[in-house]
Amino acid sequence: MRVEGKGRIDRSTPLTFQFDGRSFTGFAGDTVASALLANDERLVGRSFKYHRPRGIVTQGAEEPNALVTIKRGLAQTPNVRATTQPLYNGLVAHSQNAFPSLKFDAMAINDRLSAFLGAGFYYKTFMWPRALWERVYEPFIRRAAGLGALDHTYDGERYEKANCHCDVLVIGGGPAGLMAAHVAALSGLDVIIADDAVRFGGRLLNDQAQIDGKCGAQWAVQMIEQLGQMPNVTVMPRTTVTGAYDGGVYGALQRQSDHLAEPSSDLPVETFWRIACDRAILCAGALERHIAFPDNDRPGVMMAGAVRGYLNQYGVAAGQKTIVFANNDDAHKTAHDLHTAGIDVTVLDTRENRKGTTPFSVIAGAEVIGTSGRLGLKSVTFRHEGKTKTVGCDCLAVSGGWNPTVHLTCHMNGRPTWNDEISSFVPTPNSVPGLIAAGAANGTFSTSKILGEAASIANQVVSELGKSPVAIDIPDAEDEPTIVSPKWEVHGIGRAWLDFQNDVTTKDVRQAAQENFRSVEHMKRYTTQGMATDQGKSSNVLALAVLADATGRGIPQTGTTTFRPPYTPVSLTALGAGAHGMGFAPQRKLTSHQTSQDLQAPNIEAGLWYRPSYYPQNGERTWRDSCDREVAMVRNAVGVCDVSTLGKIDVKGPDAAAFLDFVYTNKMSTLGEGRVRYGLMLREDGFVMDDGTCARLGPNHFLMTTTTAAAGQVMRHLEFVHQCLRPDFDLSFSSVTEHWAQFAVAGPSSRDLLNCILDRSIGDKDLKYMGCMDIAVAGVAGRLFRISFSGEHAYEIAVPARFGASLFDLLLEQADRLKGGPYGLEALNVLRIEKGFITHAEIDGRVTANDLGLARMISDEKDCIGKTMSNRPGLNGPHRLQLVGLKPAGAVKQIVAGAHMFTEGDAINRVNDQGHISSVGYSPTLEVNLGLGMLKNGRARIGEIVNMVDHLSGVRAALEVCDPVFFDPEGGRLRG
Amino acid sequence: MRMNCPICGTRDAREFSYLGHANLRNRPDPDAGDVVWDEYLHNRDNIAGVVEDLWSHDYGCSAWLVVTRNTQNHGIISTRLAKEDAS
Repeated sequence: MRVEGKGRIDRSTPLTFQFDGRSFTGFAGDTVASALLANDERLVGRSFKYHRPRGIVTQGAEEPNALVTIKRGLAQTPNVRATTQPLYNGLVAHSQNAFPSLKFDAMAINDRLSAFLGAGFYYKTFMWPRALWERVYEPFIRRAAGLGALDHTYDGERYEKANCHCDVLVIGGGPAGLMAAHVAALSGLDVIIADDAVRFGGRLLNDQAQIDGKCGAQWAVQMIEQLGQMPNVTVMPRTTVTGAYDGGVYGALQRQSDHLAEPSSDLPVETFWRIACDRAILCAGALERHIAFPDNDRPGVMMAGAVRGYLNQYGVAAGQKTIVFANNDDAHKTAHDLHTAGIDVTVLDTRENRKGTTPFSVIAGAEVIGTSGRLGLKSVTFRHEGKTKTVGCDCLAVSGGWNPTVHLTCHMNGRPTWNDEISSFVPTPNSVPGLIAAGAANGTFSTSKILGEAASIANQVVSELGKSPVAIDIPDAEDEPTIVSPKWEVHGIGRAWLDFQNDVTTKDVRQAAQENFRSVEHMKRYTTQGMATDQGKSSNVLALAVLADATGRGIPQTGTTTFRPPYTPVSLTALGAGAHGMGFAPQRKLTSHQTSQDLQAPNIEAGLWYRPSYYPQNGERTWRDSCDREVAMVRNAVGVCDVSTLGKIDVKGPDAAAFLDFVYTNKMSTLGEGRVRYGLMLREDGFVMDDGTCARLGPNHFLMTTTTAAAGQVMRHLEFVHQCLRPDFDLSFSSVTEHWAQFAVAGPSSRDLLNCILDRSIGDKDLKYMGCMDIAVAGVAGRLFRISFSGEHAYEIAVPARFGASLFDLLLEQADRLKGGPYGLEALNVLRIEKGFITHAEIDGRVTANDLGLARMISDEKDCIGKTMSNRPGLNGPHRLQLVGLKPAGAVKQIVAGAHMFTEGDAINRVNDQGHISSVGYSPTLEVNLGLGMLKNGRARIGEIVNMVDHLSGVRAALEVCDPVFFDPEGGRLRG
Repeated sequence: MRMNCPICGTRDAREFSYLGHANLRNRPDPDAGDVVWDEYLHNRDNIAGVVEDLWSHDYGCSAWLVVTRNTQNHGIISTRLAKEDAS
């Protein structure tokens, strides 16, 4: 219910919202949780395993129970914490994990069966019979598992990823964070201060604490306003720093529109920031922990600090009659604030010696042993001086002490240190280089000490970063000692819950210990403690205290599990922002792309490149029809194909020739100017890396080509060889792949076609096979290479990329008159298979030059990369798979790429495998299917019949092993 | 994670790619023998502590760097240009 005169909400701005289809009213400044509590909605969700009725427990990111699904337009966001979701007008929220309704949930039957569903239930039950796993157990578990649901439609919402830099990142905007940011900013350093809430102030917003004689919340407003006006400060509200990473990089999730009723369409929903900083100050505060007493999970049982926060920040009383159950003084502040607001409150303090004069009733040495009220708390039973007593109440405010928020300090494998004085883990210094904790996150709890510590730590950081420390007066504030007496567990009848989201009880932890899962890591996995979306923020320390007790060890000896990023869940849409659809992979388009599109050529993706696959003509029904026509066109007339995707590397310098001799197996230094040579490149381990051509354009100027797939790899390799192995070589090279548009012009009429467009026509003597020359087309300077990947008399013509589109159009226009035209990648592939030319289907990283029949290309006269290792005995001999050609030899005429080969008569099994088929295509020239393959001792087996088996398609065929060059083996057409 | 490129300055680690031990610069003579070549190509100590690696600034200036770093805490101790570094 709402309490008049309390809270920092804007009562002049009422907001309506829906929860499970019913309408409610809240105010601007509310969260979904505070508005629900104001409307006395106590039941907000069902637990994961037993479907227990659950209510709001906390006030922040640690909330285990109050998870809702928010619907907005097409977007549906599950597992939103109602405690951190700002209220906006028209908000629509749904409860989760309940069917058919929150009040009557069919799966609550699990709760009745809990005796059989304890720790390790899944491990023990779903083990056998094995056959049931796939059909029965797994679908069952999958259906029962998971909180919330995605609706699987793409909602089109915008998310962003971004980077920023600063000197000092201050994580958390409570008293410590504000003070630390203030000092760091005054010194002149660039500061970012981030807080996960809408408003800065942290616990100052929840308390009635005074700073400098004024309300703490007002002090916070003043501080953040001052910081916001400084040019060297970036203030980031609604931003959760989710992870600490190597080298001073932090991940942060900024929620930019989840608080707005009508977000502007150019505002992202969320931005995932990568913040790089020199130093970070962790001022993340502390999280209150529970006490494990029987039936401590009913709606209405809340953390004492949260009850206080709802009252002071939102003007909401969580109940009409509240019992406070605590082991520390801080919870007495809750009782005090409730009492002054006129709410009936009684404190049950576990400490015998807690005395003092208070206007409300305090029962010292009492402990709660049970509660009642299935859908909402009705009464509390407690033990005091040997007697038990039951009192009616609708809110039980519990505090078992405070745990510093050490999470980020553990993100790089650090473990926190146990501090006996506050019965909590505190950060271990230097766990994350450059990250230092201050304030409650460091185990310092009095406001006065927090402010002092934050200022001095900030000044320490300022000095480390070379600035002068800032003289600062620490404002007056409360300075009460932290008095806490450990109280973890109350034994009694009924289940005492630890992890509310995953339904882990003290009994589960004890059972784990009994079954020898005594290590905290084993206990965690066996019971699923802390493995839900809240990662056990409010329950982990409690659980390991119970484990310590069960195993007779102290808490420090028991140790703790580690914390990993992210601190709170991060949407995958934010982490993957920009990588949807086209953003997933950039598209590289040829200069001829539009013309090919206009000709209806389907694209085929080659890495990031989009290449035309074939050019369909009227009457052609399948790609094969077009491909066959294009192959015949090249063999009989002329074809034009865009080959610009091949890597092109320009090499210049006095040592260019020597360098190329070192990276290619064959000699390039002997290449004459205006000549082109085929080159083979090995990796240092002796296997083939890539092949291509190398043209000598001048005495110290070469142009090498690489395959499309290996262009990046070869470039990086050349840089390595030059910079790391031969820095003494005087040369430089750069990738010019995209500088040039290059077209293959192939076929008996290729020269005729070129002579239609070249400014000066050429004859056979002007450019012999494997020659290159400068040319001009309509005054545009270009290069012409007489090289062939089709086996025909062919050229490749290159012009600067900006002229590519017009040259392609010009070539097609003229080709048409010669009964020629464009050909695509399918025809290119068939043409090269007919000639036995290799691609990366054959050069798959496992083949040597000898395997390909190219051993003679490794020059005897010089050293080169990979030469020594290519001579290893294992890389040579009859056991190697060698390149062969394959033709159908039986009734089945099909050849399947990827199929394996077996010697005739051998059983078809792995041991008898003789190799595989790497490339296949139908040759319209020879009217037969052709294959290239890697066959064991293949060159010695020409003429043999082998069995091809493809287990995937079920095709088997007898194939004849033959020479890989099927067409024009003498090469007469090349030179013609 | 960030790394300092002596040419470009401090950059995000995603701009760089890793190759292997800095010893890859010490290519043996062709006739150094199988043992030496095997050692060069294949055998590496798996050090928990300070190592020297080769990294390439792929999405920057293409410089190859010798990076001294600590595998225990991912700390980068120094970076220098491979071509200027006398190995």
